[in-house]
Amino acid sequence: MAAEKAEIDALKKECDGLRTKIEAARKAVNDGSMSAAAGGVASVGRVQLKNRKTLKGHLAKIYSLHWAADSRQMVSASQDGKLLIWDCFTGNKLVAVPLKSAWVMSVAFAPSGNLVASGGLDNMCTVYNIKAASPKTLRELDAHTGYLSCCRFLSDSEILTASGDTTCCLWDLETGKQKTVFTNHIGDCMSLALSPDQNTFISGACDSLAKLWDLREGTCKQTFSGHTSDINAIAFFPNGHAIVTGSDDCSCKMYDLRSDQEVIGYQDSSLNAGVTSLALSNSGRLIFAGYDDFNCHIWDTLKGEKVGVLSGHDNRVSCTGVPEDGMGVCTGSWDSFLKLWN
Amino acid sequence: MSNNNASNNLIIAQRAVKQLRLEASFRRIKVSQAAAELRNFCLQNASKDPLLVGVPSSDNPFRPPKSCSLF
Repeated sequence: MAAEKAEIDALKKECDGLRTKIEAARKAVNDGSMSAAAGGVASVGRVQLKNRKTLKGHLAKIYSLHWAADSRQMVSASQDGKLLIWDCFTGNKLVAVPLKSAWVMSVAFAPSGNLVASGGLDNMCTVYNIKAASPKTLRELDAHTGYLSCCRFLSDSEILTASGDTTCCLWDLETGKQKTVFTNHIGDCMSLALSPDQNTFISGACDSLAKLWDLREGTCKQTFSGHTSDINAIAFFPNGHAIVTGSDDCSCKMYDLRSDQEVIGYQDSSLNAGVTSLALSNSGRLIFAGYDDFNCHIWDTLKGEKVGVLSGHDNRVSCTGVPEDGMGVCTGSWDSFLKLWN
Repeated sequence: MSNNNASNNLIIAQRAVKQLRLEASFRRIKVSQAAAELRNFCLQNASKDPLLVGVPSSDNPFRPPKSCSLF
C-alpha cells in the first residue's frame, strides 16, 4: 500500500513536471498575437443583419438546431417533444418527428439528408429515417450513462455523440454498437464539432477544457485550457486550423491547433451572460454567439471586437447555426421561435 | 475496498502521465505564423462570405418573396 502510494506520488510529480513543460513550450512559440497579426486589417464596420423570417411551430423551449447539407432544410428540437424539419426558403414545416422522450438536448441532420438524430435526458441517441412515408426509428443508441448533449453524423453509417457521462462515442449505425469511446474529460461533455476533413473532432466540457481527438485512433491529441467555467459551444474555424469555444464564463476564445494555444479572446465587461452556442461565417471572419441575455452577439474573429447583435428573441438563445453556403444565420430560443437572419 | 481504490488511483495516475507525455511531445508552430495564416484565410475568403458582403434582395433565399397578383 505504501509502495503504491509512493508510486502515485511519483506519477503526480511527473504530471506536474509535464504540465510545466507544456506551458513552457507554448510560451516559447508565443511570439505574437492575433491582435498584432490583424493590426493592419480593415475593420468590418457595423454588421447589421435583418430578421428575414421567424419560424413558428414549436410549443416549448427550443434546445437545438442543425442545418441540412443543402443549406435549405433545417431540423430543430424542442422540449415540446418534437423535432421539426423546416424548408427555410418558404418557412414551411416539412416533417414532424414525435419523440419518445421530450427531454431533448441535441439534434443533427445527416449529410445525405436521409436521417436525423436526437437525444437528451434519456441518455440515448435515436436515429430516424425521415424519407420514409412517416418518420421511422432506425436505431436507438443506448450505452451512455449520462445525458446526450450533442450528436453529429459522419455519414449514414457513423455518428458521434457527446454525453454528460464525460465521454464521447463513435457509433456504427449498421450494428447499433459503439466503435470507439473517447475518454479523457473529467466533466460532462457539452458540445462537439467534426473537422472539415473528418479525421478529428473537438469537444467542450464542464471541466472547462476543449480537447482535440483523433477519430480513428481514439486518442486525445491536444487539450486547451483557459476558460473558467463550462464550455457549452465549440466549432472549427473553416480551414480546420483553429477552434472557437463559448463558455458559461461569458467569453469565447479562439485556440490555434498548430501553436497549441489561445490566440485571442472575445469578452466584453458589459456582457455578463453565458455563451450557449456559436457558429462562424464562411470566411471565419464573423462569430455568431448565442447568449443567455436573449441576444446573439457578433464578433470580429480577427480583431476581437463586438461588431453587431441579433436581437429579437424573448428568452435565451439556445442554438445558432450557419448553413454550408453561408447565406444566413439561424438562431433558436427558449422563446420557442427560430429566426433567420442575413 | 481500500485496495481497489489504491489500484484505481494508480491506473488513473498512469493514464494521466501517458496523456500528458503525448501532449508534451506536440510540435508547435509560432503564434505569429499561425495568426498570420488565419488572418490571410479570412481576407482571401471575404469576398465569398455572404454574411460579410451582404446578400442582394433579388437573390436572398430567406427573404419573403414579393407578392404577385394575377388578375
